[in-house]
Amino acid sequence: MSTPTVPLSTAEKIHSRGPRESVMSRAAAMLIMGVFTLYFLTPIWWLLVTSTKAGGEITRTAPLWFTPNSISTFFANLIELFQYQDGLFIKWLANSALYAGAGALLGTIIAAMCGYALAKYEFKRREIIFNVVLSGVLVPATALALPLFLIFSEVNLTNTYWAVFLPSLVSPFGVYLARIYAAASVPDELLEAARLDGAGELRTFFTVSTRLMAPALVTIFLFQFVAIWNNFFLPLIMLRDQALFPVTLGLYAWNSQISQIPELRTYVIIGAFVSIVPLIIAFLGLQRFWSSGLSAGSVK
Amino acid sequence: MRMHHGKTTAAVVMVSALALAGCSGGGDSSGAPGAAACEPSNGPVELTYTAWVPGMDQVVELWNEENPDIQVTVQTGPNGNAGTYRNFFNQLQAGNAPDLGQIEYDALPNFRVQDGLENIAACEGIAEASDQFIDWTWSQVTFGEEDAVYAVPQDSGPMAMFYRADLFEQAGIEVPTTWEEYAAAADQIRGEGGYIHNFQRADVNWFAGLVWQAGGQWFSSEDDGWEVNLTGEESMQVAEYWQGLLEDDLVSTVPSFSDEWNASISQGEQWTWVSAVWGTRHLQSAAPDSAGKWAVAPMPQWEEGQSAASNWGGSTTAVLKGSDHPYEASQFALWLNTDPEALALANELGGLYPAATAGADLEAFSGKSDFFGGQVVYDVFAEATQNVDPEFTWGPTMTQTYTDVSDGFGEASQVNQPSWRPSSALNSKPLSR
Repeated sequence: MSTPTVPLSTAEKIHSRGPRESVMSRAAAMLIMGVFTLYFLTPIWWLLVTSTKAGGEITRTAPLWFTPNSISTFFANLIELFQYQDGLFIKWLANSALYAGAGALLGTIIAAMCGYALAKYEFKRREIIFNVVLSGVLVPATALALPLFLIFSEVNLTNTYWAVFLPSLVSPFGVYLARIYAAASVPDELLEAARLDGAGELRTFFTVSTRLMAPALVTIFLFQFVAIWNNFFLPLIMLRDQALFPVTLGLYAWNSQISQIPELRTYVIIGAFVSIVPLIIAFLGLQRFWSSGLSAGSVK
Repeated sequence: MRMHHGKTTAAVVMVSALALAGCSGGGDSSGAPGAAACEPSNGPVELTYTAWVPGMDQVVELWNEENPDIQVTVQTGPNGNAGTYRNFFNQLQAGNAPDLGQIEYDALPNFRVQDGLENIAACEGIAEASDQFIDWTWSQVTFGEEDAVYAVPQDSGPMAMFYRADLFEQAGIEVPTTWEEYAAAADQIRGEGGYIHNFQRADVNWFAGLVWQAGGQWFSSEDDGWEVNLTGEESMQVAEYWQGLLEDDLVSTVPSFSDEWNASISQGEQWTWVSAVWGTRHLQSAAPDSAGKWAVAPMPQWEEGQSAASNWGGSTTAVLKGSDHPYEASQFALWLNTDPEALALANELGGLYPAATAGADLEAFSGKSDFFGGQVVYDVFAEATQNVDPEFTWGPTMTQTYTDVSDGFGEASQVNQPSWRPSSALNSKPLSR
């Protein structure tokens, strides 16, 4: 990241390092990024700090700093949270993991196959199909929740795992990204070679193409995982049995009862903190794939 | 500057209750008033019950043990207005609503006009149960109709005034018994650096409680529909009273039930809170440090010597339209809300203050409370319950009304602007569905 010491011609600069930035503009960029980082991290910091406080301390102590017995209170809160109503919160976490984990995995495979087919096979009305899928990106999931509820009611599937799981498998954006990425990264020659060697289309897809598309698939997976984990409106409408709730809906239900049961406030706060931990892990773990996949999609 | 509105703008909102009832999709709608026959089902019955009272599953466990042939499953969701009511309406439309649902008094008319409730008046023991419940709660579930009972009252929220006995004594201020004294005390308290109350602009049902106490009516059900009038004489009286307090900076304006508000309470900045019986729990958790310093007195009165009280909150247990087993469901609802053991457990786990008159005799309500300096606070609330005007009715558009009025309060709530104006909030928005 150091500025070059040897003067370069204009053409060389553009090719090798991009346009040279002034110190001022870099400082301004850093400042803006710093402000945004602070803006986004402060609520998380508050959440972390507040989850180390007992009920009354939340209002009495400094909002952004710990109390002397923070660590023990944090674990006490955590244990209480996990024990409240026979471990209901653990159940919710498991549900979220199932909805988001399995949903994102299957959803990614479906989106990848669909996008790959649209990119690599010639067939009639291919572009129309692609455009229809693409228009699905524009329809907010919230708008579909009520129609989905009525459809699921027809087949008696409301208030079941399937009611949340099945709609989560669909990802128009995933199809879009998979198509773009497959077109760019899977050479036709390679597929020809695989066919000549006698591999079936499915085998080619799973053994050759998915490896080449891996960065895009990780991106789709992460997108889907986060979308399903944070999905709230669909479970709210579909589910009545709180044993089926994902963690978002469960926390919301608790939060709506704080005025009746004040001790829930502590559980909602520490529960919210616990519920973002899996997202942080998923992001940190898959970060490097994520960024390369994103740029691949955007350049095209 | 205060505005005085001589004319009352009444908005007739509902086209017709019956016309709407005809539109709704769920269940069979027999338009004629009066209850259909209510017969027991053959064989074992399974019922579903959606509620959001914590611990309700354990209360229902008592019933399930005693009634092997009528098994009830409890489903818990968010608060009614936070999503469960919307779900009920969706489910009624799809024809898969639970047999029983928790519905607050202020939401019940909305379910009634959309034909979401079974009339259980003909079910065994229901019509006869009227004298087991506090008068005003029963009038809420019958809508004044003949041969009609649309739900069983569950709990209520009689209102009284929480106050900091210690602060009043130190400052030598008399505890106010009328609203006039209350305004005078507010002035003195401001001089001491505190606030007599917090204006709860998001809690329109709190404000409605004050109007209720003053004898006001927001809704009236006519033969051809519902009439909505937010600017009746009593409503304007209450609105202008609080507007005066706001303009003189005698009440605080922090968001209610927020950390900021809780902090204000625990720092002794809030001297009184005119609230419902469940406020006892809230104070204890919001301001544990102030234990022993609080006391409860009846609400201040508009005229000396009166004893009018009011109500904030409370629910019913309704049999939702389309239930296959209205008889069993009604029997369960009646048991749930009258059986002493069930009432005691619902109070212990869920904090419910029963709507059944027998509820006042529960052991939990007889003891002295250390938090309130050894006072038997529930005596005050039990008396308040008797003094709630049974004529008050809620309307079918409460969600909309709450939003409109709260928005109106909010627009008026820009601090340092001379437009703190509950009364104009009541005026500004004609109701619409």
